[in-house]
Amino acid sequence: MLRLEARPHPSTAALLLAPLLAVLLTLLAGALLFALLGFAPAAALKAFFITPVNSLYGLGELAMKATPLLLCAIGLAVGFRANIWNIGAEGQLLMGAIAGSGVALFLRPADGAPWVLPAMFLAGALGGMAWAAVPAFLKLRFNASEILTSLMLTYVARLFLRWLVGGPWRDPDGYNFPQSPMFAPDAVIPPLLHGTRLGFGALLALAVTLGGWFLLSRTFLGFQIRVIGLTSAAAGYAGFDRGRVTWLSLLLSGALAGIAGLNEVAGPIGQLTPFVSPGYGFTAIIVAFLGRLHPIGILFASLLVALSYLGGESAQISLGLPLAATDVFQGMLLFFLLASEVLVRYRPRLARTRG
Amino acid sequence: MPPDASVPRLALTGISKSFPGCRANDGVGLTLMPGEIHALLGENGAGKSTLVKIIYGVLQADSGQMAWDGRPVSIASPAAARRLGIGMVFQHFSLFDSLSVAENIALGLDRPGPMKALVRRIAAVSARYGLALDPDRPVHSLSVGERQRVEIVRCLLGEPRLLIMDEPTSVLTPQEVDGLFAVLRQLAAEGRTILYISHKLDEIRALCGRATVMRAGRVVGSCDPAATTSRAMAEMMIGTGLAVPRRGPQSAPARDTVLELHHLFTTSDDPFAVTLADVALSVRAGEIVGIAGVAGNGQAELLSALSGEARSPDPGMIVIGGVAAGHLGPRARRSLGLAFVPEERLGRGAVPEMSLADNALLSGYGSGGMVRRGLVRFGRARRYAERVIQHFGVATRGHATPARALSGGNLQKFIIGREILQNPRLLIAAQPTWGVDAGAAAQIHQALLDLAQGGTALLIVSQDLDELFTLSDRIAVMHGGRLSATTPVDQTTVEQIGLRMGGIFEERTETDHASS
Amino acid sequence: MDHVTAILVSVLLAAAPLLFAALGELVTEKSGVLNLGVEGMMLVGAVCGFAVTAHSGHAALGILAAALAGMALSALFALLTLVLLANQVATGLALTLFGVGLSALVGKPFVGTPLEKLPDLPLPLLSHLPLLGPLLFDRDPLIYLAALLTLAVGWLLARTRAGLVVRAVGENPEAAHALGYPVRLIRFACILFGGAMAGLGGAYLSLAYTPMWAEDMTAGRGWIALALVVFSTWRPGRLVLGALLFGAFTIAQLHAQALGLAVPPEFLAMLPYLATILVLVLISRDAARIRLNAPAAIGKTFHPDH
Repeated sequence: MLRLEARPHPSTAALLLAPLLAVLLTLLAGALLFALLGFAPAAALKAFFITPVNSLYGLGELAMKATPLLLCAIGLAVGFRANIWNIGAEGQLLMGAIAGSGVALFLRPADGAPWVLPAMFLAGALGGMAWAAVPAFLKLRFNASEILTSLMLTYVARLFLRWLVGGPWRDPDGYNFPQSPMFAPDAVIPPLLHGTRLGFGALLALAVTLGGWFLLSRTFLGFQIRVIGLTSAAAGYAGFDRGRVTWLSLLLSGALAGIAGLNEVAGPIGQLTPFVSPGYGFTAIIVAFLGRLHPIGILFASLLVALSYLGGESAQISLGLPLAATDVFQGMLLFFLLASEVLVRYRPRLARTRG
Repeated sequence: MPPDASVPRLALTGISKSFPGCRANDGVGLTLMPGEIHALLGENGAGKSTLVKIIYGVLQADSGQMAWDGRPVSIASPAAARRLGIGMVFQHFSLFDSLSVAENIALGLDRPGPMKALVRRIAAVSARYGLALDPDRPVHSLSVGERQRVEIVRCLLGEPRLLIMDEPTSVLTPQEVDGLFAVLRQLAAEGRTILYISHKLDEIRALCGRATVMRAGRVVGSCDPAATTSRAMAEMMIGTGLAVPRRGPQSAPARDTVLELHHLFTTSDDPFAVTLADVALSVRAGEIVGIAGVAGNGQAELLSALSGEARSPDPGMIVIGGVAAGHLGPRARRSLGLAFVPEERLGRGAVPEMSLADNALLSGYGSGGMVRRGLVRFGRARRYAERVIQHFGVATRGHATPARALSGGNLQKFIIGREILQNPRLLIAAQPTWGVDAGAAAQIHQALLDLAQGGTALLIVSQDLDELFTLSDRIAVMHGGRLSATTPVDQTTVEQIGLRMGGIFEERTETDHASS
Repeated sequence: MDHVTAILVSVLLAAAPLLFAALGELVTEKSGVLNLGVEGMMLVGAVCGFAVTAHSGHAALGILAAALAGMALSALFALLTLVLLANQVATGLALTLFGVGLSALVGKPFVGTPLEKLPDLPLPLLSHLPLLGPLLFDRDPLIYLAALLTLAVGWLLARTRAGLVVRAVGENPEAAHALGYPVRLIRFACILFGGAMAGLGGAYLSLAYTPMWAEDMTAGRGWIALALVVFSTWRPGRLVLGALLFGAFTIAQLHAQALGLAVPPEFLAMLPYLATILVLVLISRDAARIRLNAPAAIGKTFHPDH
């Protein structure tokens, strides 16, 4: 049976190879899955991974899909590093979208104003933060698991959004569709590049990535986050404040998720609908792990996972492959990554073992 | 019992076992006769634990032979060992806190039978050997000595013909040790063999008929302990002569009081914790105060109250350098001049996965300009780590090595060095040399004595009475969450301290203030 | 059946999927393993149970398939966490994300397929008891199975050697290993049991509770089951209580909607989720109680050579 020996030093080669190995294995397993579903593997993989990005428009779409993933994943990674398991980014994203939409729909003066869009971003961040503050408070005050509370709040946020767009915020001229009126032009993010739908949010996400990297690897706060996550008792010994880091990581990830949500409604969608997110907040968990909780790794991971979204759509159109194949792909990717991760810390040996 | 008492109960020849980067056992031979109490002697890391795990079937030897009652055997698992008649009492007890005594014992038996019958058998064995136990009590409510009784009774119910005791006395008071020895002698008289693992020479001389000495994975000799001096055995064990820590001239009297505890008590959410009651103590600059006690009598709670990991009900209960500090966290207390060496090195005193440079930053962030305006200056952290490595002779490849790659002794030298080089006014150290090899222990003792010489106040919490008598000016004893008054070390004896460790306190006097 | 009994029955039915899933997770957690993949395993169980029943026409086969599917997914979790020593939290999350996608993919052709509800199986004599008969003994076979399994798990954990060993492994795996117990094998078995039970919980939804398949039809029940285990402080008896409580919340919400209450249905639908948070807060604030009852080694990776 397989036996694992701890390496005295984590292997740097394995550190870089693990995600690549995971991608390779996912492609193999994906090909197998396609074959099982009755599609030619090569054509399906091409439709999934090549077709979507063979044009400038396609690359713009890729960056656009990557933006919310990147924003959410950077925030989540900071928390995960500290063993704070916010898995409710989806709900925080929706609340950010709702808060920002509120500004666009109700606070914007009738003839518009230059502050509208910035105010929407601010409201988005605050909305996500507020939603993430609840699990932080419940964890610190009552010791309640943030995993479960943040997730439960996601369901609540979804229902709240559904009520808003189906009731008080519904577009009176929208043929009874559950969606808000379209935002005014000055409440919508203009495209950065002609010929794409890519907006300012992508640049913001890049800046956030750099900021995340700086926080984690250069600041004393980042050091404290890492110590808390690795060895809680050592953090207590050193006098690092767990409560402060819990607040910080949840509020930060809430704010970033909220901005991601706002960036969707004020960007490509242009109104508040129940379909703000195809599960970006959950997929961001995969992105965070795939990037090994390192902001630069997460940048690459977000592009890869964004590609799987586009690929899913492309394969659905050209081959009739169910859209859920995307989720399966993403799930497999995470599994293979977690499995390859073992090589970083352990050296596999074939030997007799017990227990 | 085998008919012929001249056939060894267990004979090992040429046992070898390697781990990555370390040859733990190298051609080890050991012969155990029926009815003998045989000592296995060696330093930490000499390979005793590995050998014992091989005998008990927890590990498999890479090569070598074992013979049981003259017949060759291979022991594939602890269950197989128990079937042969081998029982083991572990150093770190293999007990389950939330389960009852009887359930714990049932888990150690292969055929425990129905619970009611088992409870009767436990009572019978307890009575026969004078090992009082209540089968229904949950283990977390037992003292350390009682826990050891659970382990011993569990072994005895398996009717072992070879009983392995791994460092059994490290957690007992001297009086409890006497009780244990009586039980072991009774067992040997019944024809059972006892393999007694220890590095405490006096005990081995008092108890054992033969001793096998290990060093660096090999057997380096054997002797009759009663006929050998402790010094000769120590030299066999260590390989060279030992440097004995030297005290400088006595420090000048009437220095400032650096640490004061006033009626300190604790409350806890944790049902397994001991609560402190009315603890009072003072430590002056330049003196070393030792706190003795059996583990689990409130030392952990006292230490976390002192470090600031647990806050005290009232700020004035803990005064550091004249400042009420009971309400302060570890960070604020460090800025008052506190340095702290926790008992748990890997996982509290150091982050295993992080480099030594990062681990230097862990507690050293307040000094040496390692942090400025919220940013870490990693160059300074690396230089600080290198200074610690050099000053304290830490054997490592350098500041980039992760903490978990260091041996116990080297890591402890690093942690103590890291604290000392911050020039503390007050250093609190828990078990400073527990599990550390003798060479490193001597170095650490010398560093602590030198630090006191330089005017730092030291508080040492230890279970090792020899250590406390080597280092301390005054000694106090913890028992059941209470702290005795301190006694100057030249006015007391190991026996007196031992009695107090068992809970027999003299009437409380205010010697804290009168003695120095 | 009078109105009150009808309501009580609906509470019981709403509780059943939660009870299945939570009971399985309780055993998994007792062995010291936290599997956050319950939601994913329930969904895959639901879709497999539905698909096999729809294909074969035999509900028994569907139920078996659901249990096996849940087990297969949990085996994946076990492989990653026990053999490859992956982080339990991350792996459990991965399992849920994967299960959501896989069930949607597999279930695509079955959306909108009608299926007959799992028939009730009145027990002879018992079903004629006044009050209790129609409530408890005129139900579908899975309800009986849930009751039997709850009793069995309660008895096994508290009264048998197997249960003692499972508790020991969850309390102190190093000590159990030193005594010669195969820690990883025991945990593997407990994880598989958890998977099978989550599969059954899913099958109850798609075969009996609402006989149909819809994407994400568990609607967070897997997560609520996880919260229930904490609520029960790891005791099967209290788990039944908790499941019934949540069944009641679900039913209250449906009845309030039917009564045409002025509260919008979306807010009523929030009830079970908000209740979960409330219940978690109430239980978790008592740190001493959690500490006394929670398996001490939960969530920690065990490596036999350390």
